[in-house]
Amino acid sequence: MRHSSRRALASMLLVGGLALAMGTGAAAQGQELRIGYVAPTTGIFAQQGKDMVDGFQFYLDEVKNDFGGAKVQFIVEDEQGKPDTAVTKAKKLILQDKIQILVGGLLATTGYALAPVSTADKTVYVVPIAAADDLTQRDLSKYPYMVRTGWSSSQPSHPFGQWACEQGYKKIVTIGADYAFGHEVVGGFQRAFEACGGQIIQKIWPPLGAQDFGPFIPTIRQDADAIFSLMVGPMSLRFPKQLAASGNKKPVIGGGTSYDEFVLPSMGDEVIGHISALQYSAALDTPLNAEFVKRYRAKYGKVPSYYSESNYTTAQMIHKVIADNKGQFPGPEEFVKRLAALKIDTIRGPVSIDEMRNPVQNIYIKKVEKKKMFGYDKDELWNTVIKTYPNVNQFGQFKKDEFLAMPVYSRDIPPCKYCQ
Amino acid sequence: MTTEQVKVLAVVAALVAIIVIVPNANSFVILLFTRALVFAILVMSLDLLLGFTGLASLGQAAYLGVGAYLTAILATRYQIGLGYDFWLVIVLGAIGGAVLAAVFGLLAIRATGVYFLMITLALGQCVWGLAYRWNSLTGGDNGINLRVRPRFGINLANEVTFFYLVVGFFAVSLAAMYVLVRSPFGRSLTGIRERELRMRILGYNTWLHKYIAFIIAGAFGGLSGVLWAHTAGIVSPENLVLTTSVDALLMTVLGGAGTLVGGVIGSFIVFGLREYLSTVVPWWQYVLGGVYVLTILYLPTGLMGIPARIRQRRARSKEATEERKLASVPP
Repeated sequence: MRHSSRRALASMLLVGGLALAMGTGAAAQGQELRIGYVAPTTGIFAQQGKDMVDGFQFYLDEVKNDFGGAKVQFIVEDEQGKPDTAVTKAKKLILQDKIQILVGGLLATTGYALAPVSTADKTVYVVPIAAADDLTQRDLSKYPYMVRTGWSSSQPSHPFGQWACEQGYKKIVTIGADYAFGHEVVGGFQRAFEACGGQIIQKIWPPLGAQDFGPFIPTIRQDADAIFSLMVGPMSLRFPKQLAASGNKKPVIGGGTSYDEFVLPSMGDEVIGHISALQYSAALDTPLNAEFVKRYRAKYGKVPSYYSESNYTTAQMIHKVIADNKGQFPGPEEFVKRLAALKIDTIRGPVSIDEMRNPVQNIYIKKVEKKKMFGYDKDELWNTVIKTYPNVNQFGQFKKDEFLAMPVYSRDIPPCKYCQ
Repeated sequence: MTTEQVKVLAVVAALVAIIVIVPNANSFVILLFTRALVFAILVMSLDLLLGFTGLASLGQAAYLGVGAYLTAILATRYQIGLGYDFWLVIVLGAIGGAVLAAVFGLLAIRATGVYFLMITLALGQCVWGLAYRWNSLTGGDNGINLRVRPRFGINLANEVTFFYLVVGFFAVSLAAMYVLVRSPFGRSLTGIRERELRMRILGYNTWLHKYIAFIIAGAFGGLSGVLWAHTAGIVSPENLVLTTSVDALLMTVLGGAGTLVGGVIGSFIVFGLREYLSTVVPWWQYVLGGVYVLTILYLPTGLMGIPARIRQRRARSKEATEERKLASVPP
């Protein structure tokens, strides 16, 4: 009896203590801009998450946290790569830290999870990485407080499909990670490639995170002119290796994440000559980018990936809007309006935002080459830009209305007409 | 008062404390408690299997998933469950969990120990696979967004109102499971846990007992799923991954299996560390890992086993001093 009542007391103390410990909120006033950032800083996506945070922080450090008079308070929360944790953390940032701007989210599914939070709590949500097409396409009207500063998954694929036609490729086999992002990158490529007369003759979907491509590589049809791959994370490293080991002689092209600088330094010589498309390349030969790469590398010891660049640029864009308003946050509706009206020169080139709040930007066709760049003395792999498609919007060569009338790209959309 | 009554009173007092204190805390704390309480229903359902029947299931997330996806699909496609029919969805969610458990039980119950663990793991992964691949129904890895919470007289979009609702469901679930494990049926489950062969020789249909326990656990899992969908506002395959099941298992063990309340404490601690401590310090994972390791090394009976261990130690030291006294007495 005595012990049990002690147990009761202990459990009550525990509950009370927890509640007290959690009750202390942060309150802040003054000329302050509070930016909340959610990224996976633990778990399997922690490396990408680190690049994201580093990119944003790098910009803040450069301007000494001063956005035209507004002192930036940057609060990072770990979303652990889980959409519902992202929601909890976003709510913490909004309710407890009283942030004015929410930024972040790596995976498309996190983007889809955070966008409704921004609507419900009337908080600005800026999307630097999560690329799910429909956020700024068919679902846009549901998210009036969201602006994308990164890209939509199929955006680079549209010019890339056309480029593939221009190379004289007639038949291409696609092999892409089996999830929404993969479907959208491959779907965009297929649509563009077939619109200019090409044929996708086979679509292979290895599961996300596949280790062994042994079951897939031998099924690649021999009558194909080229292979289009869309890999993410560690898959990007394994696929080219295993493809080369199988004795492949076909040209290999791919989506941006297959050869992004996030994985490129760890790749072997087998990827030399592979070609991909994205809105950024660390090898972009402009003075602005050369400076950026050198400074970033000096600080973090690695070449910036598009995760870093996109977040650096996002910080720059937010800075511009706030600075133009004399360091004042203009309120969420007005902020979204002004950010969406922005035209700005960034590391990746000129960027403006279209009326569906997705960036209009250059798309670079990039070839992996081993060379010296920006005065570094070692031979390294770089994504040399071989062609630039200027000012590409998310619909590319297609008409907006026709595009939106079609369902979002998925495993079977567009249907594979030339598959057997 | 008997010891048992004191225990019940303590739990009721703790619940009342939560109801009184939490709504006055800031909104993030309310949200955390809501999440922890919803998950605690799933953890208790697992405790029913692990702690009372001796079945370590690694697929409990599947039932949460069924409840959650059912809620999300009904709400977004058919607009069902956003008014008074929310109660219908609650029932459907529980039935959904129960039906799935009834099917899985046929396959899993025949096995014991590690084999039971493996089968439930495999079945749980099947449900995950379905959620992940069946794009047209589940939205694939993007999941399904629930944009609004139900509204029937009361508006559940209000976090405090929703918190009260969750506390209500939690209390009812806890009470129901408490009654269940103390009923003759629950006692025979404990008998099966202790020694199944003996129960069989005594004439109990142990298979049926385990099967029914499995179904009941599934029903509570489904119920927690319905609430989880509305708490998070998004349902994705991430809710169904193996780690969700493992989390539930670890929470049960952390708090103490076979106590019901232990799992709840486990859930509070894990959510507190994972979602609150992680907003304070970046090294929260070490704390969480440390808690798990220390519990398993030093508290195999979980946190709820602490009082018993203290009692044991005190009894032992008392014995020792008495022995010393005896020894110091000159012959």
